[in-house]
Amino acid sequence: MTVDSELEGQIAEWRAYMDRRRELHRTDADELEDHLRSRINELTDGGLRTDEAFLIAVKRMGSLDDLSREFAREHSERLWKQLVLPGEPDAPAARTRRELPVMILCAAIAALAIKVPGLFGLDMDHDGSFYARNISLFALPALAAYFAWQRRVGVRVIGVLAALFVLGAVAVNAYPLADDSQSIVLTAIHLPIALWLVVGVAYAGGDWRSDRRRMDFIRFTGEWLIYFALLALGGGVLTAFTMGTFQAIGLDAEVFVSQWLLPCGAMAAVVVAAWLVEAKQSVIENMAPVLTRVFTPLFAATLLAFLIALIWTSNGIDVERDVLILFDLLLVIVLGLLLYAISARDLTARPGLFDRLQLVLVVAALVIDVLVLVAITGRITEFGFSPNKTAALGENLILLTNLAWSAWLFLGFTRGRLPFARLERWQTRYLVVYAAWAWTVVLAFPLVFNFR
Amino acid sequence: MHITKDLVAASATPLVLGILAEGESYGYAILKQVNDLSGGQLEWTDGLLYPLLHRLERLGHVESDWQTPPGGRRRKYYRITEQGRAELAEQRRQWATVVDALRGVWSATPSITPIMAPAWEAGR
Repeated sequence: MTVDSELEGQIAEWRAYMDRRRELHRTDADELEDHLRSRINELTDGGLRTDEAFLIAVKRMGSLDDLSREFAREHSERLWKQLVLPGEPDAPAARTRRELPVMILCAAIAALAIKVPGLFGLDMDHDGSFYARNISLFALPALAAYFAWQRRVGVRVIGVLAALFVLGAVAVNAYPLADDSQSIVLTAIHLPIALWLVVGVAYAGGDWRSDRRRMDFIRFTGEWLIYFALLALGGGVLTAFTMGTFQAIGLDAEVFVSQWLLPCGAMAAVVVAAWLVEAKQSVIENMAPVLTRVFTPLFAATLLAFLIALIWTSNGIDVERDVLILFDLLLVIVLGLLLYAISARDLTARPGLFDRLQLVLVVAALVIDVLVLVAITGRITEFGFSPNKTAALGENLILLTNLAWSAWLFLGFTRGRLPFARLERWQTRYLVVYAAWAWTVVLAFPLVFNFR
Repeated sequence: MHITKDLVAASATPLVLGILAEGESYGYAILKQVNDLSGGQLEWTDGLLYPLLHRLERLGHVESDWQTPPGGRRRKYYRITEQGRAELAEQRRQWATVVDALRGVWSATPSITPIMAPAWEAGR
C-alpha cells in the first residue's frame, strides 16, 4: 500500500514536470503517462522494486528537453498562443458562452447609436459640431453597459453610471455654445476623457476605490488603445477595398463609406477592442509595456538632446500659440511611458538600469516643462485668460505635479529607501484628479468663460 | 550492436506503419513489438515514438482515438488509414530497392564481412 502511494507520488511529480511544458498538451501527457505506467508494470512483473522500475521507465522515456523539442517540432503551432473564442472545444465553459453574443449586441448598439441623430434630421456633414461634442456618448455607454453586464455590478452602481452619462449629455447639449467657440473644442476633447473614466468605474465593477482595480483599468486603457489602432488599420484596408471594388463596376460607394462604414465601424470598434483586450489578457503578452521598453530610452535620449541643445545655443523657446499644447502632449507621453512601465513591473524587484533611465526621462521632461512654463507665464498675464489657455495651463500643472512627485518617489526607490508600491499607489490615486479636471472643463468652463 | 541514429530514424516510419497494418495498437505495444521484431537490437527512446505517431496522424497516414477498456486505463489507440497503407507500400518498394542494392554490394566485395567483436569487448 505504501509502496503504491509512493509510486503514485513519484508519477504525480513527473506529471507535474510534463504539465509545465507548453509544447506538451494534457492529452500528450496522458498518453506518455500511460506509457510510463505500462513500462513500470512490465519492469515490476520482471521482479524489480517499484522505485527502481520508476527510475528506469523515466530514463527510457528520454530527457524532457529532447521530448519537448520533438513535440515542439511536430506541433510548432503550440508555441504561438492562440486566442480561444468561446464555443470552441477547449474554451472554458460557463458564462463565457454568452460573452460573444453580448459583446456583439453592445457593439451593434454603439454602431447604431451614431445613426440615431440622423433620424431627427441631423447630418454628419453639416452638423459637425453636434457630432464632435457627442462623439463619446454613442459608444461609451454601450461599453459601460457591456462591463456592467460582465462584472454583474449592482443596481446602485448602474444608477451612478447612468446619472454620469446623462449629466455629460445634458451639459454638452444644454449649454448655448457657438459652433466656433473655444469651449466647444474643449468640451469635445474633455468629455471623452471624463466618460472614459466613468467606463473605468464599470470596468472595476463598481469597486473604483481599489488601487488594484484602478491599475487594471490603466493596463486596460493602454491595451485598448493598441487594439483600437490595429482595428482602425484593418478598417482602413476594408474602406479602401470597398471604395476601389465598387468604383471598378461604376458605383460610387463614398456615401456608404462616409455615412455608414466609417462612423458605425469606429463606434463598434470601441466595444470590440475592449472585448479583445479582455478576452486575450491572459493569453498574450501586454503590448503597451513592450512599447514602453522600446521607447523609453529613445524618448530619454531625445529629451536630453533637446535640453543640451537648448542650453548650448541659448535659444529661447519660441512661445507660439500651440507651444503649451505641444508640451502638454509631451508630458502626457512621458506620463504614459511611466505608467505602462509601472503597470508591468514586478513590485518586489530591485531597482535596475531601466528604472534609472525612467528617472532620467521624467526629470528631463520636468526641467523642459518648467522652462516652457517660465517662458509662457509672461504671455498669459499679458493677454489674459482664454478658455484654451486656461485649460492648457491647468493640464500642464496637473501633469507637472504628478511627474514631480513621481520623480521624488522614483528617486527614493532607486536609492532603496521607498518601496515601489508607493509609486504605483500615487499613480492610481491620481486618476481622481484627471476625472475632476475633465468634469470641471466640461461643466464649469463654459459658465466661467461665458460660453466663449 | 549500436544502430546509428539516422538509420533508426529512417526505419521508424515503415516499422510503425507496418505494425499498425496488422491491426490497431497503442504506443507502448508498438514499441514492444519493434523490440521483439529486432531481437532487442533496435533501441528507441520511448518518448520519441509519440511525436512520430502525431506526425503520421497529421499527414493522414494513421488516425487515433481514446478508448477505455473495462477496468483499464484510458489509452490512445492508433489505426492505419488507406493513405497510410499506400505510404507503407511505397516505403516498402523503396526499402526493397535499397536492400537489393546493398546485397549486391555485399556479394561483390566479399572482403567486407561483419567484423567480430574483439575478445575484450565480448567479455563485458
